[in-house]
Amino acid sequence: MIEISGSGIGQALRCYHCGEECDNNLIKSDSKHFCCHGCKTVYGILNESGLTQYYQLEKNPGPSQKEKPKGTNFDFLDNPAIQQSLLSFSSENFQNISLKLPAIHCSSCIWLLENLHLLKQGILDVKVNFSKKEALISFNPGLLSLKEVVLLLERIGYPPEINLQAGNGKGKNTEGKSLAVKMGVAGFCFGNIMLLSFPEYLGFTGEFTTELKFVFSYLSLLLAFPIVFYCSRDYYLSAFKSLKSGFVNIDVPITLGIVVLFLRSAYEIVSGTGIGYLDSLAGLLFFLLIGKWLQAKTYDGLSFERDYKSYFPISVTKIKDGKPTHVTLKEIGTGDRLHIRNNEIIPSDAKLLSNEAVIDYSFVNGEATPVSCAKGDHIFAGGREVGKGIEIEVIKKVSQSYLTQLWNNEVFKKTRENFKSLLINRISQYFTIIVLFIALVAAVSWYFIDVSQVWMVFTAVLIVACPCALVLSSPFTNGNVMQVFGRMAFYLKNSDIVEKLNEIDTIVFDKTGTITHNDNHGLEYVGKGLDSDQLARIKCVVGNSMHPLSLAVYNGLVSAPDKAGLEEYTEIPGRGICAKVGGHEIRVGSAEFTGSGSQSTKQPFGQVHVMMDDVYFGYFNVGTRYRKGLKTLFKVLKDRYAVMLLSGDSERDLETVTADYINKNNVHFNQSPQDKLDFIKQLQAEGKKVLMIGDGLNDAGALRQSDIGIAVTDDVANFTPASDAILLGSNLKMLDRFLTFGKFANKIVIASFILSFSYNLVGIGLAVMGFLEPIAAAILMPLSSISVVLFTTMTIQFAAKKRKMFEP
Amino acid sequence: MIIIVLLIFISLGLAVFFLITYIWAVKSGQYEDTYSPGIRILFDDQLKNEEKGDSDEKKNIKE
Repeated sequence: MIEISGSGIGQALRCYHCGEECDNNLIKSDSKHFCCHGCKTVYGILNESGLTQYYQLEKNPGPSQKEKPKGTNFDFLDNPAIQQSLLSFSSENFQNISLKLPAIHCSSCIWLLENLHLLKQGILDVKVNFSKKEALISFNPGLLSLKEVVLLLERIGYPPEINLQAGNGKGKNTEGKSLAVKMGVAGFCFGNIMLLSFPEYLGFTGEFTTELKFVFSYLSLLLAFPIVFYCSRDYYLSAFKSLKSGFVNIDVPITLGIVVLFLRSAYEIVSGTGIGYLDSLAGLLFFLLIGKWLQAKTYDGLSFERDYKSYFPISVTKIKDGKPTHVTLKEIGTGDRLHIRNNEIIPSDAKLLSNEAVIDYSFVNGEATPVSCAKGDHIFAGGREVGKGIEIEVIKKVSQSYLTQLWNNEVFKKTRENFKSLLINRISQYFTIIVLFIALVAAVSWYFIDVSQVWMVFTAVLIVACPCALVLSSPFTNGNVMQVFGRMAFYLKNSDIVEKLNEIDTIVFDKTGTITHNDNHGLEYVGKGLDSDQLARIKCVVGNSMHPLSLAVYNGLVSAPDKAGLEEYTEIPGRGICAKVGGHEIRVGSAEFTGSGSQSTKQPFGQVHVMMDDVYFGYFNVGTRYRKGLKTLFKVLKDRYAVMLLSGDSERDLETVTADYINKNNVHFNQSPQDKLDFIKQLQAEGKKVLMIGDGLNDAGALRQSDIGIAVTDDVANFTPASDAILLGSNLKMLDRFLTFGKFANKIVIASFILSFSYNLVGIGLAVMGFLEPIAAAILMPLSSISVVLFTTMTIQFAAKKRKMFEP
Repeated sequence: MIIIVLLIFISLGLAVFFLITYIWAVKSGQYEDTYSPGIRILFDDQLKNEEKGDSDEKKNIKE
């Protein structure tokens, strides 16, 4: 193993566990560097149990321990009722649970989790499902409780996402399975019918052929039954539904094609006049189902439908008669006293009973800095308690709270189904009418030429015009685009989103967490160099303060060593802290307070200055940090789209935002979650197609209301509100490239439409003239489908490389 | 001639058998996770080698 030397000459030091850059080389164990104590702890646990192979399978495989808020309270797992609802099997010495572990991301993860029995006695077996990011864990409850299992997982860096409604996702799975079965059946029938049609293709004649032809054609007919009555069921249903709502979608001409193909073939076979087009029918369905399967392909490991319930804790600690008990969220009523620990989410609007508290609302309303509250203050649901544990009194039920009320909005109740707007369905309106028209004209013309051919020609037109290749164009193009985007951590909910991306003319951004970083890591320090001892002293001092800025500095200094020995401590509100640690005097606070001597410049909020032993050192910058590369992005986007910004934050960042990013009249601050939703609604009322980009619960309504909602996150495993797509924060700067690539893909779809139309034209030409032999149909239909598939797949993959889509 | 018909039925029977095994594979969830089985098969061997290697190393250190 190559050791990167600690001196670091321009080379970044990487954490041995998670591969993240280390700020300093303070944290070491066995000559390995770690970015934070969390990572080091995990390494320690694994090293003790001889599980270091984890680090050999892949380089720096661990999930980062920095961002994960520790100390989630899993006490509720001791509650037998909750246990029963989570466990899939339970007996005296065997329990079985399927847990979602969003942190699973590489083969090392699989290895470690499946060797969990080496780490702890009582674990019987673990089986990982990688694509779903789930682990099926069997354990012996006599040796190990469910809570201990979950805590073990959390300790090694795989905190499970426990959701009491987790069972709901099972329906989707069976749907995918039934599609796969249909595909298999269609493929089977297609292959065999084709085989049985070969003698006919090759034009065999001879004494025995009539007998053989009889057997072969009836066998084909038999094989066509599962195709017509099983594989194509979904198309009939969809066509029926759309006709019922007075609309002709693309499944209507398909259904027409299938039915006509089958009836005509059956007629030919039974009457002994021919062998029909059953091979074409089976091929058609086979290709259609492949397209459908591709369209239905989604990212199993990601959830696009989460609401506040999966962000909120499952249970909370209620103080009843002076004793703490664990209750589920539903059981909380007004007037209950709750105990909220450090980093826990406040489940409902409440009144603070403790003397003071610091609440981080950044996820809820976009306010960047945590808020200090005093006794009796009203605190809102969704805030995260930072610091000491507090007690609160519930004043509103969970579902009636300020934040959760958003989900009572009707936007969340209706399902999004605007299939009418898709290009393919707009085309199908005309397509169906034109095809029917041509078929009628041809039939009428043949009436005058040869009456016996009328019926044949009419059905032949309907058969050959079946829009198989047309239907495949979009799924294959957009499916490929989706895969290209996925490689750059831009995950679409489904491939139709690609097409909808093209209609966008207005882009609305959220500020906190979207164009800025949500956390205070990578705390910026400006000034004289500080050694580890001095950092430890600063950490010790700020750790004692409840001021939001102190907390921010403290969090930024997590990696610094801990130090005891605080001798004196005075906090002067509005100015700073004066303290003595290990004989050294330290002043931390405003510029003036620490005597930086630079009072002349305007003091921006979010600077924490440090003075030690009467020497001014410098300051920590905990102000808003913008994501890299966004200035260029905004410059490019401004020319092509209307770009706006909605923020729940106060106006203190107004200047920076308007100077570098967006025009002043497009920036709106102090927006509540409801305001954001209404703003999007208003834009849509003006006829705009809106792309909303946000990250927090406060954007949930806007994301849902907008035409496309993209949730930005720093870790795709983390919670994201319901959205159409999930984008990794560091790749937000590529947004313009994603949008242009989507436009390009749309052109490819249209090009392949033209391609498939030309096949249709040739086919219809043949059919109208009465030349459509089964063999012509058998060649033309698969050929058109395959050429469309090849054309779209190859152009998209080639263009993605040429346009450097894979380079951040 | 009857032999061709017979062969056709035998081949169809074979194909049906494969179709049934495919359906069984889908229903039993073998296509749900296509990544980990391939990785998993490599683990056991490596673990044994690794354990050996590790203990050898430890011996060396002790010496």
